Amino acid sequence: MSAPLLELKDVIKSFGDNHVLRGVDIDVARGCSLVVLGGSGSGKSVMLKTALGLMTPDDGKIIFDGADVTFAGGREREEMRARIGMLFQSGALFDSLMVWENVAFRLIHSDGVKRAEAREKAIETLRKVHLGPSVADLRPAELSGGMQKRVALARAIITRPDLVFFDEPTTGLDPITADAINDLILDQVKALGAAAISITHDMASARKIADEIAMLHQGRIIWRGPASEIDRSGNDHVDQFVNGRAHGPIQPSL
Amino acid sequence: MSEHSRTDRDDSGVSVPNPLRWIGVSALGLFAEVGRVARFSGGVIGAALSPPWYPGEVFRQIGRIGFYSLPVVGLSSIFIGAALALNIYTGGSRYGAEQFVPNIVVLGITRELGAVITGLMLAGRVSAGISAEIGAMRVTEQIDALKTLSASPERYLYAPRLIAALVTLPILVALSDIIGVMGGWLVSVQALGFDSTVYLRNTVDFVTWEDITAGLIKAVVFGAVIALMGCFHGDRSKAGATGVGRAATLSMVSAAVLVLALNYVMSTLFTEIGL
Repeated sequence: MSAPLLELKDVIKSFGDNHVLRGVDIDVARGCSLVVLGGSGSGKSVMLKTALGLMTPDDGKIIFDGADVTFAGGREREEMRARIGMLFQSGALFDSLMVWENVAFRLIHSDGVKRAEAREKAIETLRKVHLGPSVADLRPAELSGGMQKRVALARAIITRPDLVFFDEPTTGLDPITADAINDLILDQVKALGAAAISITHDMASARKIADEIAMLHQGRIIWRGPASEIDRSGNDHVDQFVNGRAHGPIQPSL
Repeated sequence: MSEHSRTDRDDSGVSVPNPLRWIGVSALGLFAEVGRVARFSGGVIGAALSPPWYPGEVFRQIGRIGFYSLPVVGLSSIFIGAALALNIYTGGSRYGAEQFVPNIVVLGITRELGAVITGLMLAGRVSAGISAEIGAMRVTEQIDALKTLSASPERYLYAPRLIAALVTLPILVALSDIIGVMGGWLVSVQALGFDSTVYLRNTVDFVTWEDITAGLIKAVVFGAVIALMGCFHGDRSKAGATGVGRAATLSMVSAAVLVLALNYVMSTLFTEIGL
């Protein structure tokens, strides 16, 4: 296995008395799709936000492509973000902009690409997520949930990033649309040769898109293995989660 | 919000109120809040003063903050000018000084009311609008998305709103001055028996550039307050509809109070320096 592209080493993050991450160790290599499972409140989103530099960890290290970026700021942070794509749970499309302006946002605002050229590139990328040029001039609010997710996916991959984060990519979608999103994620990640980290609690999605699966519980990674081993993990917590049982070592958060 | 309790427990476990502690905690909280506002404002002003700028965003905000505020500013100014003229007439007539209506109307409008009315109306319309919009962007992760796309919210969202408010407020206040004076003129000529030409002649002869400048300087300061309060409270918005609603309320209230307080401070200052 090649050297990891992104590594989190013993990352700790608390909000007051709420210890969300209690020492997370995880890494992902190029060409690998890692899915992190975890229940509500297990710290999945916080883990993603610290990895992206949207939150600063209280302790521990974040290493991207061999460089310590834990407290990176300014240019170093921008260079890192230019190589990372992120699909937000809610899509997080800018509702004041048209669809193509959303997709081409980084090209126009950070890379200095001319608008006409950026628009062409956006339409080309929209095609990759199976959206026709007719949606380019619509506003995000005019699209269905599944279409918004696809636009957000196009925005995340337009610059061919080395690493893509997916925050609950299938949440809130019907099973058929969810599966279509899974296919798109697989296609695009394989086409890019990128590393991917997805967080989800959707087991069908995890089985489909993961090369490896890890389980986050109470702020720590408690299990990690190849996706094919998920049903033979030998870990009670993982078994309970995979089979969706209310009773077991994990208490449901009500 | 506060992590500190307002009461202390003594050894017996009975909770006793401690007013000194409460005063101390409140004072520290106030200083911390002022510090946060100052730090946030410094960041936004820094972003507004240095490239890259987003001219498209600035123009869009000028339209939203300036152009669409014209009806509300115009309407409130004409009524305030008219009411002012009536009151000055009533008061002046007790001393046989009715002829000073045009002079005092134009002085009151240009130095105080044009700027204060515009500032207050925009604290409601613009400051609350900005914080609701930014708050909604914060809770739908659009602010995080901006950061991951290498666009800083200070530069892309906050600085254009600040620049737009600084540019449009003086224009709106200048219009408010004119419309306010016209409101006074209208009621004086129609209801109080003033001669139209004499009224306008008295107004133009009496008003000085210093009166107008004083109002416009206030306008610039109010513009900064309105944009920064909107952005600050929106940026700190908590999740959910209540969070966004609360941010809008806080920004409107804090902008309005600051407009009135700073208006007094600036009026005092202008009197001191003879402006």
